[in-house]
Amino acid sequence: MDADVAKSHVFKRTREFQVPPILVPRLKEKGIELLLMLAALASIAVTVGIVGVLSYESFMFFRHVPLLDFLTDGQWTPLFSEPHYGILSLVSGTLVTTTVALLVAIPAGSMVAIYLSEYAPRSVRETVKPVLELLSAVPTVVYGYFALLFVTPALQKIWPELPGFNMLSAGLVIGIMIVPYVSSVSEDAMRAVPLYLREGAYALGATRMQTALRVVFPSALSGIAAAYVLGVSRAIGETMVVAIAAGMQPTLTWNPLEPAATMTAYIVQVSLGDLPHGSIGYQTIFATGLTLLLMTLVFNIAGHVLRKRYRQVY
Amino acid sequence: MTVSAQPCTTLKAEARNLSFFYGNTKALEHISLGLRDRCATALIGPSGCGKTTYLRCMNRMHDLYPGNRYEGELLLYPERINLVGQDIDPIEIRMRIGMVFQKPNPFPKSIYENVAYGLRIREAITRQNLDQAVERALRDAALWSEVKDRLHEQAFNLSGGQQQRLCIARALATGPEMLLFDEPTSALDPSATARIEELVTTLKQKVTIVIVTHNMQQAARVSDYTAFMYEGRLIECDRTEKIFTNPSNKLTEEYVTGRFG
Amino acid sequence: MSSGNAIDKSIRSGFGRETLTRRKLTDLLFASAGLFVMLLALSALLSLLGQLAFDGADRLSWQFLTSYPSRFAAQAGILTAWLGTVVVMLLTALIAVPLGLATAIYLEEYASRNWFTDVIEINIANLAGVPSIVYGLMALGLLVYEFHLGQSFLTAGLTLGMLILPMVIIATREAIRAVPPQIREAAYALGATKWQTVKDHVMPYSMGGILTGLILALSRAVGETAPLITVGALSFIAFLPHAPWQADLPYISLQWIFDPFTVMPIQMFNWISRPQEDFHANAAAAGIVLLLMTLTMNAFAIAIRARFRKRIRW
Repeated sequence: MDADVAKSHVFKRTREFQVPPILVPRLKEKGIELLLMLAALASIAVTVGIVGVLSYESFMFFRHVPLLDFLTDGQWTPLFSEPHYGILSLVSGTLVTTTVALLVAIPAGSMVAIYLSEYAPRSVRETVKPVLELLSAVPTVVYGYFALLFVTPALQKIWPELPGFNMLSAGLVIGIMIVPYVSSVSEDAMRAVPLYLREGAYALGATRMQTALRVVFPSALSGIAAAYVLGVSRAIGETMVVAIAAGMQPTLTWNPLEPAATMTAYIVQVSLGDLPHGSIGYQTIFATGLTLLLMTLVFNIAGHVLRKRYRQVY
Repeated sequence: MTVSAQPCTTLKAEARNLSFFYGNTKALEHISLGLRDRCATALIGPSGCGKTTYLRCMNRMHDLYPGNRYEGELLLYPERINLVGQDIDPIEIRMRIGMVFQKPNPFPKSIYENVAYGLRIREAITRQNLDQAVERALRDAALWSEVKDRLHEQAFNLSGGQQQRLCIARALATGPEMLLFDEPTSALDPSATARIEELVTTLKQKVTIVIVTHNMQQAARVSDYTAFMYEGRLIECDRTEKIFTNPSNKLTEEYVTGRFG
Repeated sequence: MSSGNAIDKSIRSGFGRETLTRRKLTDLLFASAGLFVMLLALSALLSLLGQLAFDGADRLSWQFLTSYPSRFAAQAGILTAWLGTVVVMLLTALIAVPLGLATAIYLEEYASRNWFTDVIEINIANLAGVPSIVYGLMALGLLVYEFHLGQSFLTAGLTLGMLILPMVIIATREAIRAVPPQIREAAYALGATKWQTVKDHVMPYSMGGILTGLILALSRAVGETAPLITVGALSFIAFLPHAPWQADLPYISLQWIFDPFTVMPIQMFNWISRPQEDFHANAAAAGIVLLLMTLTMNAFAIAIRARFRKRIRW
């Protein structure tokens, strides 16, 4: 028995594997961790870059243009001999197209979400989900093409006086574009509502619609609100559809049947041209960009807060 | 180094006033427990008594999660290394003390690669030696005959009992001095359980074994010594027959006779 | 007993059974409305695809794929555009993949929960919601002018790389989280170091999810137009970039990364901005090619996800 035990592979092994020197593997591990952390800092560097560039150029801009003028002037004509720098024109364009988009996306997106979450049998879900994924995979230039050459002519059959560039077509298409986004976030929120809440309603004899609208929807409200808010942010930041279909004339108007430029379209317009680096015309796009960033930031933060709330409830 | 001829006589590891904190909660209180060399010691006790917590102190698994703290000593013989000391690298400890978990957790690799992994990360082994070591480990885990023709198949294709034996082989491959079993059969059916218990009885002649179990009959079947824990404290540790027939402590007696659990 | 009377009344009125038909009808109407909305979404998608195919299918030809842009619509082609897209995508991946993977690994496996980690996480969530044109503005000020990288492939790759970085990080983190903690514990219990556990287990087992997220992010980048317009993509490039090899040592040339560039969506945008209808047909054809590129990448990502799901079932 002793001989067997002595020959046992276990004891041989223990002697073969000496305790390795700690220092070298330790250094390697620490080195790897440091490299990974530096990579993580890259994301911070991106933000610093964005904030830095926008702030710097906007600062240069605001040395020439008083903030009050920027916020209240009704005209945006930076390249005229008598320039006006009122951001309101661009903001109005953004707001109008966004509102039109939301008027489409919020009802449609919520409806789709409710249907998929509460009603749809397996077969319908299997068909609709890929369609929605497809809708969200289409590049925005293609949507722009669609807005200009399909939607606008179609609308012109109804309103023949509709100009070739208008905010309505652009807004409608942006709405279609963000429906998948709104519906998927809303659906996630509704699916997170526990089954027993629904069962309570059904057990009382409620129909599906009543359960959906009176129990599920209110319970998922903060998540659904997050979906709306994030949709707003997406619509505000949209560039190509408006650049192609809404026109590039900055006008202060609240009528969607007219052409107008959004903040994003203006930046594109200037970038397509030839403005010397450092000129005030060049700086206008950064001031516009800063305004854009601040607007989307507000909505992003609101959406994030709402999303966290619905995730914590259950 | 002379090898002690008699198993279950000298100490392999000893906890001295060991306490453990999860954050601010004291999970183990002043545990002083000796584990004998080439012996199977069972840790029993009701849920939450700290037996798994103690087990995981031995191979520093707690270090993987933040906010934990050790007090006291856990000595490994014959070198008298303090396992819970600050200056000891947990990685080295885990190279000498292996663990088998409650739910079998083989890697999603082949059977061969599962067993070989522990050896590969030590880097100093040739292909031929690796083949031999894998076979030896699978034989020691009583799995070789069942898998020898399909070493390169996915480990997930094995049954639950086979997977657990694979995990044992994986832990054995590196020649550990001690094997820690954390309720190794609680997820297995009775026949698989019986095979694992048989395996433990064979292995304990070569490797020191500590087995946490909530099944008292299993402790009685498999172990030489049994330690009863309750609410983070060690109540009693003695030879298994004594614990189950004539325990010294009243609390132990109440637990083993089933008055609570 | 007034309560008894109330109950008697309810019993006699049939527990509101006569409203049941009405409620069922509303339920049916609601369900139909939901189906109707989804049909609308489907028809929007179909009309978009149909319009594109109708307008552009004629222009699709080998000549179209291998010609340079031209003043004459019939002779113009997308050679430089699709080549540019491929090159820019390669550079984008080169930037986003190492940084994205490293950041995700750091956050999931190494970083402890403290304010520093929180800042990084919040920052990434924020960056994901920044409009893409803002990335273009940042790149213009920083990369083009400050770092003097010019309006080149390098700038384009860096810009889009930074744009999709948050997406890659988020997708990679989710993939890493899907690996169960028991697998990590098994590896550590064998004496593996943290890096060995990550390299030998966490990374290989999460590769499916990582690749899927990466390809989806790249397919987004393929369609990005606005930031590249801002950075200065030209849309009339009638020459190819420098070849990546050269006759003498060291045989590899990096000259091409500093060359001016164009990409598919910008070419499409340029053509659609022109008033002539023949250029619109070109734009539609370019749109079809662009759509095919995007959809192929998406399909690829889905196939990878399915294949990996079959191999590893936790």
